[in-house]
Amino acid sequence: MVEAVQEADFEIVRREDFSDVTYLLEVLHPQLARAAKPGQFVIVMSHEHGERVPLTIADFDAKRGTVTLVIQAVGKSTREMQRNCKAGTRLYGLVGPMGEPSHIGKAKKVVCVGGGLGVAPIYPQARAYKQSGAYVIGIVGFRSKNLMFWEDKFRAVCDEFIVCTDDGSTGLKGLVTEGIRQALAKHADVDELVAIGPPIMMKGCAEATRARGIRTVVSLNPVMVDGTGMCGGCRVKIGDGVKFACVDGPDFDGHQVDFDDLMARLARYRPEEKKALERWQEACRLEARKA
Amino acid sequence: MAERPALERAKNFTEVACGYRLEDAQREAERCLMCPDQPCVAGCPVGIDIPNFIARIGAKDYRGAYDVITDTNLLPAICGRVCPQENQCEGVCTVGESLAPVAIGRLERWVGDTAIAEGWASSPYIEPAPYRVGIVGSGPAGMACAADMAKAGCDVTVYEAFHQPGGVLRYGIPDFRLPNDVIDAEIRNLEKLGVKFECNTLVGRLFTIEQMVGEMGYDAVFIGTGAGYPTMLGVPGDSLNGVLSANELLTRCNLMRAKEFPSYDTPLPLGERVAVIGAGNTAMDAMRVCLRLGAKKVYCIYRRSRTECPARAEEVHHAEEEGVEFHWLTNPVAVLDDGKGGVRGMRCIRMELGEPDDSGRRRPVPVAGSEFDFDTDLVVFAIGTNANPIMGQTSGLKLNKRGYIETDASLATSLAGVYAGGDIVTGAATVIEAMGAGRKAAASMKSYLGIRDTELPYVTETRGGAGKLFGIDLRERNFARIRVAAPTQP
Repeated sequence: MVEAVQEADFEIVRREDFSDVTYLLEVLHPQLARAAKPGQFVIVMSHEHGERVPLTIADFDAKRGTVTLVIQAVGKSTREMQRNCKAGTRLYGLVGPMGEPSHIGKAKKVVCVGGGLGVAPIYPQARAYKQSGAYVIGIVGFRSKNLMFWEDKFRAVCDEFIVCTDDGSTGLKGLVTEGIRQALAKHADVDELVAIGPPIMMKGCAEATRARGIRTVVSLNPVMVDGTGMCGGCRVKIGDGVKFACVDGPDFDGHQVDFDDLMARLARYRPEEKKALERWQEACRLEARKA
Repeated sequence: MAERPALERAKNFTEVACGYRLEDAQREAERCLMCPDQPCVAGCPVGIDIPNFIARIGAKDYRGAYDVITDTNLLPAICGRVCPQENQCEGVCTVGESLAPVAIGRLERWVGDTAIAEGWASSPYIEPAPYRVGIVGSGPAGMACAADMAKAGCDVTVYEAFHQPGGVLRYGIPDFRLPNDVIDAEIRNLEKLGVKFECNTLVGRLFTIEQMVGEMGYDAVFIGTGAGYPTMLGVPGDSLNGVLSANELLTRCNLMRAKEFPSYDTPLPLGERVAVIGAGNTAMDAMRVCLRLGAKKVYCIYRRSRTECPARAEEVHHAEEEGVEFHWLTNPVAVLDDGKGGVRGMRCIRMELGEPDDSGRRRPVPVAGSEFDFDTDLVVFAIGTNANPIMGQTSGLKLNKRGYIETDASLATSLAGVYAGGDIVTGAATVIEAMGAGRKAAASMKSYLGIRDTELPYVTETRGGAGKLFGIDLRERNFARIRVAAPTQP
């Protein structure tokens, strides 16, 4: 029986808003849902004039035929998507899954850490480790309690679950590194730590485990254009060498990553980002006035 | 052929070479001697019947000229623009021995453009064949293979990772050399032949090559994924903000239309001065794109001299006219930091030509003590590329030591039914060579599938039944593929 090629039409079947900046899109793409593995990402274009935006896959469901993306509205593109991407609308471009899948090895005890936007993509990692039989300690960080999401999903796959909030409104007061300190103090036999979040957070997590020599995997998020290993824009410094996050990563050994170089390169387009956002906000104001 | 004046054309992306008018084409066609040797045909990597199409122009049978060309090359409007004819057909032209060679490339381009304007399409009657063929990559190799397999009656699907098809023709070659509407027109011609294009599909990750020939039911597959992975500069400061590969610059500008930022969202900040390292066609494209994006000064830094420069002669000539400042025999030593993580300038060293290396070219050696600094805002490097790693990462295909896909003389890979050609096999080369590889692989695929190739002369059967089995010609293979039913997905 010959399997027909799936016609992907990138329809958004569900939209959920966690806060005024964080929102979830569930996109219909059965072939992508079947192929996706933890740690991989997609590149999205919301319309023909858009830019290529890399987004880590936060969840995938082969039965429903959907992949889930959790997005933070930071600049022009993500705010425009927040405004326009409602259930029933379509994306112009969606390609993936990209990157090498996370290597879910034989670790017996794993700490999975997600901060900010990294909370969403750490979920499939935690689930995969749980399915492989490991003892999973999940640590997530939010600015405050009212920005939390997916608590039930995490509790279902973690043996221990630590929440950290900047303002102490729930769980531990402090950054996720505080949670790591607590977990490492309690467990002497942690095999591996996986951290996903802003570079400064991943750098902190790598430092927290360096002395104990615990294998630490981070998921890097440099600026990308093609995502298929063809332009070198996403180059990162790993040890003495240079790798491309889109095809050699996005997972790398956290103790080898030059985070300062990554953070400097992420600032490359600040002036253009600012200009694009101002221009878009002005356009929105004019539109609102006309209405 | 008329060209737009250098200073005016360096401000926008409209095509530089204006193309022939009818009178120019007729006049140029008359210059062909119709010599008996026909060295031009052998000089063409795909063997176009050049004297024949030129004769048709002379006989005012322009549609006939198009049919002759498209018998061999389905993309004349593209090849006429980007082939290095001086190294191919025109380089061996008999007329060129004493006068300027016949401008074969310009004639081909004129025929291709006329076909687009008139809406001609090569739609011969095609006998359907019961085979499904998958093509990975919609660049020149994939397009050429798709054309041949579609003409042989197969059901062809071309997969492309980007959101628009064309491969390097789209993202690499700028509009002023190869306008996007020419690419769109040629793709429409392929679609008229029945070829299907599926974009936003990253083969290897969305599904693997093994899945294609297995559960997805493809009878043969061609891989033309290219060699885009750029070689890094490898000098101190090469990861500063403001250092980027020519591939990234061209992709932002051509595919993502950063030249129209902010009405298109992808940015490409340039500064006033750009230094481009390298002197191949990619480097020339990068330099001329930067001029058009508003750079006041564009420098070309190349470690060898102008005579060794690998770019197409017309491109170097155009770049010189448009005001690129060439620094031959110069090599980068370091990129200098402006204190804020960006580029302030570069340190380079002068070179001189020493003894020949293995390639026969004289090897450049640094001149001791000749380092110098200069100011620049952007550094673009175009010093070579490597194989795209995704096929190697996601399939069992055998690769060679440098990471390219290993093939035999018929372009077959280590997986039965899977063929490969173009840059992913040979390393970075030209559009026409990729197309030649696509056609060669198609001939092998037709033979593998048992499709009788009407272009090949078959030897008449000998007495005694040699070459036959049970009365059936051995070349007429009856081919049956047994597919094991895949277990259903959980």
